[in-house]
Amino acid sequence: MRHLTPRAAISGIGELKPVRKTENVATMDLLMRVAAEAIADAGITADEIDGLLVAPQVGETPQHVPATVAEYFGMQPTMSNMVDLGGASGPGMIWRAAAAIAAGQCETVLCVIGNHRNPVPPKSPNRNPAREFDTPFGASGANTSYALLMQAHMAAYGCTPEDYAQIAAGARGNAQFNPMAIFYGQPASVEEVLASPMVASPLHLFEIVMPVAGADAVIVTTADRAAKGPHRPVHLLGAGEKITHRAVSQAPSLTSGPLKPSIARALSQAGLSIEDIDFLSLYDCYTIMVAATIEDAGLCAPGQFGAWLRDNGGMGHEARKPINTHGGQLGFGQPDLAGGMTHVVEVVRQIRGTAPGRQMSRCDTALITGNGATMSEAVALVLGGAL
Amino acid sequence: MTDLSQLGVAGPIYEPLNQPFWEAAAQGVLKIQHCGACDRHVFYPRPICPHCWADALDWVAVSGRGRLKSYSEIWKPGHPGWIPVAPYLVGLVELDEGPTLLSHILAQDNHVQIGDRLTLAPTQIGGRVLPCFRKDPS
Ligand SMILES: [Zn+2]
Repeated sequence: MRHLTPRAAISGIGELKPVRKTENVATMDLLMRVAAEAIADAGITADEIDGLLVAPQVGETPQHVPATVAEYFGMQPTMSNMVDLGGASGPGMIWRAAAAIAAGQCETVLCVIGNHRNPVPPKSPNRNPAREFDTPFGASGANTSYALLMQAHMAAYGCTPEDYAQIAAGARGNAQFNPMAIFYGQPASVEEVLASPMVASPLHLFEIVMPVAGADAVIVTTADRAAKGPHRPVHLLGAGEKITHRAVSQAPSLTSGPLKPSIARALSQAGLSIEDIDFLSLYDCYTIMVAATIEDAGLCAPGQFGAWLRDNGGMGHEARKPINTHGGQLGFGQPDLAGGMTHVVEVVRQIRGTAPGRQMSRCDTALITGNGATMSEAVALVLGGAL
Repeated sequence: MTDLSQLGVAGPIYEPLNQPFWEAAAQGVLKIQHCGACDRHVFYPRPICPHCWADALDWVAVSGRGRLKSYSEIWKPGHPGWIPVAPYLVGLVELDEGPTLLSHILAQDNHVQIGDRLTLAPTQIGGRVLPCFRKDPS
């Protein structure tokens, strides 16, 4: 066994006095107070924290817990996660923090756990800020958030509905080469995308993923062990992560997201530029997400994704830089959280050379992007067929 | 068209930290927090300032004036309680004091543009008065 190198150290602590009961106090409130203690104890300021590990919040925030806490704290970490190991979560955070530091993803990690003990359970199990201050006004669900992002992007750069619709049409086109895809046998033209019902302007139905059931799995091992396996190994060459906010109202930018620094970090770790990437496996919950990612990756200037896609020859496996050859989630379907993993699985197929009917002529490097909440949780990976 | 006050929709859950916001809203006033240490306004409510981490937040009434940062006309609401009033507008309102909040936007024929000036328009939605915004007459 190898030692953990470089070794990490604990530099600050905080602890609230236990009480039998709290009175209508949110867990988030307790977390901020104890975090302030630990930050002061470490003799640092909050803006030095670039990693954040949290635990599940029973009865308060069911999903997107790290982003909800980070936004509340005014932090934008480059590594964040929820450690869900029951009573082992606290110690589990410590080695994960050290591993993230060793991986070059962050330098100072806040590990914070707490829970209220209010006598009367809240009516809703979901009473985080996005629920408290967005939903009462008629905004609920991701469609509204991405519609707001798309409207702002459209207005800032004068992009046309056709520019965005070609992403949905391209995804549907790719789905025709994947018999597994939910839209296999159902292509859609740009005109058909724009003729589909308006859901939340300017988003049409075909620009939104279809929810489906499904599952994906991946095995990660050492390069040495992978080399002994039956397939061409697919190496992780670089990674980047960034969390900027949770609710769309708190987004630092409506036209560019945390994938921009995440992609930059992943490429830098890999020692590659975006032009070196053969295959783009880009998270596509909505058309606007792919548009913003093409621009955040530096493939073109902001607002130019439409022209770039046309120059690229579309998104198919014969395009200059193929995009989402499995159909993307817009064509394959979104099996809930597994939707993001479909982009990983397709990259493995393309780099192995086992994407039947849609194999790229050459695929040695790929960029994978993952996106969560309101273009606010981002992960970028660079994978390659050689180290 | 159904009146907004008749909607059966989810409202806020009151707790000590956010109560000043909703109590003021019920009176038709927009109150948010202000940090005495870094002189910045804070929205939504926090126990400590998320900008400078000072324990120096107070509640202040603000102008209720702002600018439309983005909007969407909602045709298929995420919550079924809103279906009777669809299509309706939601938008991101950048207050003149700095913070951005999401709100319900009232405008003739739902006609708005990014950059429009907005004014607080307290409106009864379901059983409560919420701080909605109205497009200024141009
Ligand atoms: Zn402050």
